[in-house]
Amino acid sequence: MWNRRNALGALGALGTTVALPALAQFRVEIAGIGATQLPIALLRFRDEENSSQPISPVIRADLERSGLFRFVDGAAQHDETGSPSFNDLRGRGADALVAGSVARLADGRFDVRYKLWDVVKGSDLGGQSLAVPAPDLRLAAHRIADAIYEKLTGEKGVFATRIAYVTKGGGRYALRVADADGEGGQVAVTSGEPIISPAWSPNGKELAYVSFESHKPVVYVQDTSTGARRQVANFRGSNSAPAWSPDGQTLAVTLSREGGSQIFLMPREGGTPRRVTQSSAIDTEPAFTPDGSALYFVSDRGGSPQIYRQPVNGGNAERVTFNGSYNISPAISPDGKTLAFVQRQGGSTFKVMTMDLASGNLTTVSDTSDDESPSFSPNGRFLIYATRTRGQEVLMTSTLDGKIRTRLLTSGQDIREPVWGPFGR
Amino acid sequence: MSQSLSFSPIQRAGLGAMLAATLLAAGCASSVKLDDTPVETRTPKAVDSQPPAQTSQSGVNTVDLNKNDLGASAVGKVVYFDFDSFVVKEEFRSVLEGNAKMLNASKQRKLTIEGHTDERGGREYNLALGQKRAEAVQKSLALLGVADGQMESVSYGEERPAVQGSDEAAWAKNRRAELKDR
Repeated sequence: MWNRRNALGALGALGTTVALPALAQFRVEIAGIGATQLPIALLRFRDEENSSQPISPVIRADLERSGLFRFVDGAAQHDETGSPSFNDLRGRGADALVAGSVARLADGRFDVRYKLWDVVKGSDLGGQSLAVPAPDLRLAAHRIADAIYEKLTGEKGVFATRIAYVTKGGGRYALRVADADGEGGQVAVTSGEPIISPAWSPNGKELAYVSFESHKPVVYVQDTSTGARRQVANFRGSNSAPAWSPDGQTLAVTLSREGGSQIFLMPREGGTPRRVTQSSAIDTEPAFTPDGSALYFVSDRGGSPQIYRQPVNGGNAERVTFNGSYNISPAISPDGKTLAFVQRQGGSTFKVMTMDLASGNLTTVSDTSDDESPSFSPNGRFLIYATRTRGQEVLMTSTLDGKIRTRLLTSGQDIREPVWGPFGR
Repeated sequence: MSQSLSFSPIQRAGLGAMLAATLLAAGCASSVKLDDTPVETRTPKAVDSQPPAQTSQSGVNTVDLNKNDLGASAVGKVVYFDFDSFVVKEEFRSVLEGNAKMLNASKQRKLTIEGHTDERGGREYNLALGQKRAEAVQKSLALLGVADGQMESVSYGEERPAVQGSDEAAWAKNRRAELKDR
């Protein structure tokens, strides 16, 4: 019915700009070239208006934002039980149907149920029942959107993942955590001094970041659900650029304790650092390879900042970027095959680029010129990054080839340093 | 009848003592000012304590009013840098010498050197560049005899501009190292 190649090759979006409901301070705009999309009927979930958070609008917005789906309206109301009227749906041009219900349980939680049908074949593609407390209703909707996405495209969805980013406004800084759609933003840390370089732990439970609250950069790790935090690196001088190893046990950090800026490894609880880079230049912005054996990092040992790669346990640094005189902020895709980074072009233009590591081929991702901080989605399909347009800092998400971009708009705060969280929370 | 100004021996002694006391007072006051008074407060202090043990009771320290601006801070606290550079330029020698003098005269005094950059470029790379600027100032102070233990170099990168703006005038004011008493 809908083969994987179709879905992946034709990442198209709607021809017009769609502004989704501004429920919070974020709005998502989709712009891009339209291509084939799967026509889907998504019905209102029975009794969803009786809970604090209706489910079907969130699913619809998620699927819409992926650019792979076109919605067929007007079909008869139905829930997840029984059999829908396939003829009617085919007549309306729908290839798939989603229907469901929401019921309040005796203990106060909600039972959210859905089912997905292949309308063309007239068959049941399965469904689920999720029992969640009220605060997790949005999460339940995102999980259902992921399940539908995965069933119909063969790819793992990222709708239930989270992002973290820093806002600056009114002289205050905040490290925030939101759903990947930008909704539900919560403050993890608020400060009158700068916060930079957030980094998700691989299990999604902790955030490392750099705080200037003691008037120098210090690396902290904080449990996002409890708020408990600890200093991991507060050595003499500056401590920054935390990056987690894939097993979550080690942090790579940039320390000036031995002079200059060099990269060290620290146990996640803090302790004794072990120096990795050995140069008299600036070495910073470490990023582990997916197997944890090597670090990508930025070094100006060759005269200007370029990206290098070095094994963690001994071995020489090998230069990776050769195009242009200023390449920084490396991020590596989950499959290890693509490097995203920021390249300075022509003096004052900074653009997010990707490099296919096997061939060395470069692709320009953004169409803006003041980009920073690219970060991969955990399915490796998208990048999130920050940019400045019309004097304001905003977040963008994009497919790796730059063909489909969405903009997360804010209500007046500067927003920077986004990092995409892992699967699972 | 005109009287010549003459003093009895006792008066002479008293006057001499007064003069000596005044000289002593002048000597003590100026040594207190240079060593222990923060540079912003320049009001003269009444001498009501013993002079520090290491200062001779006969010495007189000269306050050169031409060199020191009594209205504002006498010892400069900022060093500015060229774009992409961490070289401490000759024009800031007096800033370094003034701070070195203060630190060498009082070994328990500590200094934090904060490095900053303008807004252009990546945050973490700029943090490292700011660190280089702070360390260049620290190195210059060490060459003037200041102990490393009295100094800590840190960086704010581009995060704390002194001047808002996106032109060279603003950028030039943000590429700096600030010397802060701790």
